[in-house]
Amino acid sequence: MNRRSQKRRTPAGRHVYLLFAAPGMTLFLAFWLLPMLRLAGVGASGPSGAAAYLAVLTNRHYFTSLVSTLLLSAAVTLATLMISSLVGLFLQRNRFAGKALLLAMLTFPLAFPGVVVGFMVIMLAGRQGLIGAVTNWLFGDAWVFAYSLGGLFLGYLYFSIPRVILTVMAAAEKLDPALEEAARSLGADSLRVFVDIVLPALAPALVSSGAICFATSVGAFGTAFTLATNIDVLPMAIYNEFTSYANFSMAAALSIVLGAMTWLVLALARSWSGNAAGAAA
Amino acid sequence: MKRSFRFYLQLAFALLVCAFLIVPIVLSMLAGVTDNFFVGWSSGFTLRWVEQVWATYQQTIWRSIAIALACLVVTTAAGVPLAYMLARHRGGNSRLARAFEELLMMPVAVPGLATALALIMAYGQYREFRGSLLFVLVGHVLFTLPFMVRPVLAVMQSSQLPVLEEAAASLGAGLWQRFFGIVVPNVFSGILAGALMVVTLSIGEFNITWMLHTPLTMTLPVGLADSYASMRLEVGSAYTLIFFLMIIPLLIAMQWVTHTTRSRVRL
Repeated sequence: MNRRSQKRRTPAGRHVYLLFAAPGMTLFLAFWLLPMLRLAGVGASGPSGAAAYLAVLTNRHYFTSLVSTLLLSAAVTLATLMISSLVGLFLQRNRFAGKALLLAMLTFPLAFPGVVVGFMVIMLAGRQGLIGAVTNWLFGDAWVFAYSLGGLFLGYLYFSIPRVILTVMAAAEKLDPALEEAARSLGADSLRVFVDIVLPALAPALVSSGAICFATSVGAFGTAFTLATNIDVLPMAIYNEFTSYANFSMAAALSIVLGAMTWLVLALARSWSGNAAGAAA
Repeated sequence: MKRSFRFYLQLAFALLVCAFLIVPIVLSMLAGVTDNFFVGWSSGFTLRWVEQVWATYQQTIWRSIAIALACLVVTTAAGVPLAYMLARHRGGNSRLARAFEELLMMPVAVPGLATALALIMAYGQYREFRGSLLFVLVGHVLFTLPFMVRPVLAVMQSSQLPVLEEAAASLGAGLWQRFFGIVVPNVFSGILAGALMVVTLSIGEFNITWMLHTPLTMTLPVGLADSYASMRLEVGSAYTLIFFLMIIPLLIAMQWVTHTTRSRVRL
């Protein structure tokens, strides 16, 4: 017994767990990290060299794509957070017949791939879509906006709402109702309670799920691809650079920039919400 | 019980959001079995679009199932031991393990387009590999591996595993015996949750697959995009209908698993 535990403290024994990680980490290093380094190298191999990494700021065309991508994602994130908080809080706080079914339906699209989400938008706002049919009947003018930034907005909203509802519900479950009651007994109206008590308590969850929503919208490709290949967002710009113009180095540089951006947003949000949660505890 | 006006207002809003999510699903399912969607349901119902999809895209369905299962095998074989290392290396408190955990999430955090381009630039010159299903599988494994590692790791960290392992060790069980005899059976709920997620994500993966596929390695979502772009709305709808029928059992199983494991943890 003694000998065994001594043996486990030797360096070889301590590192034995690394063996367990070997297959997974080998896969990861060989097929993700090395290719990414190669991609970064290809990005700097174009006619303009490493300056290609600044093209997203200096080139007018890419810059417009970047700005519209960021604005669209910010709008989607804001709208998703508002809608999902309202619905999530409502579901967490009320019991009524059919609630489980409603929740199941609200989270059903969780695993839809971007292409299918795109098709759902076509069903709603496309040429033969529901919105077009209804507006045609009401105003004699069919609204068709699926094949533009408006359709993409609707698609990302469709994609993000179920995720954020789940996060909000999980966070709201941990809220202490005594705090709200105390605030109310001190005379705060429901708006004050919401702004001063509920919102700060939900903030870490909202920030982290908002960041995921933002990052997915910035990097998503399937929905835009289904709706129209000429929608001017950065992932489509990369795709067109690669397939239509065979400009590999520019496609590589742009995707490194895009990847760095989404990673940074997620990392910032995580460190912020992690700190906030730590401070609250 | 008497409800306030605000309750009904909120309920109406929740129902509106639900309609936004569900109505297009129902519409597309109906469109898949409608003879002519433009004319409407008065044109009658038919299964000929489903048959046409089956004739044209059947291969993509089998291929997607095969890739999802292969992906499940690889992520389980690589992911469960990896989670074990993350949980146990230096008492589960090592900086190396946290760095690995962080790195593993990168293919999820970084857009699939970037991952796919990186794979093509690094391995595209190996023609055989580039044109095979293995190339698509690699992309799927990278993307789904963290979804196997995380639930398994969560179970390893929460359960009484170290005590059981110590008991086994004191009875003379070696490391491998402990891993296969004690650890794997005890984290089965985590493996199951991870497995459902891996299969669902792999069947629906598009962002990486679109760049990696060749006409001979087309998967279901790639076929969907193809049919949306080049076929009648009814054909795309019928294809989507088949996709829904494939993932609905998985989604139900996933909800059931999270429900049962959660209620068990609460006890």
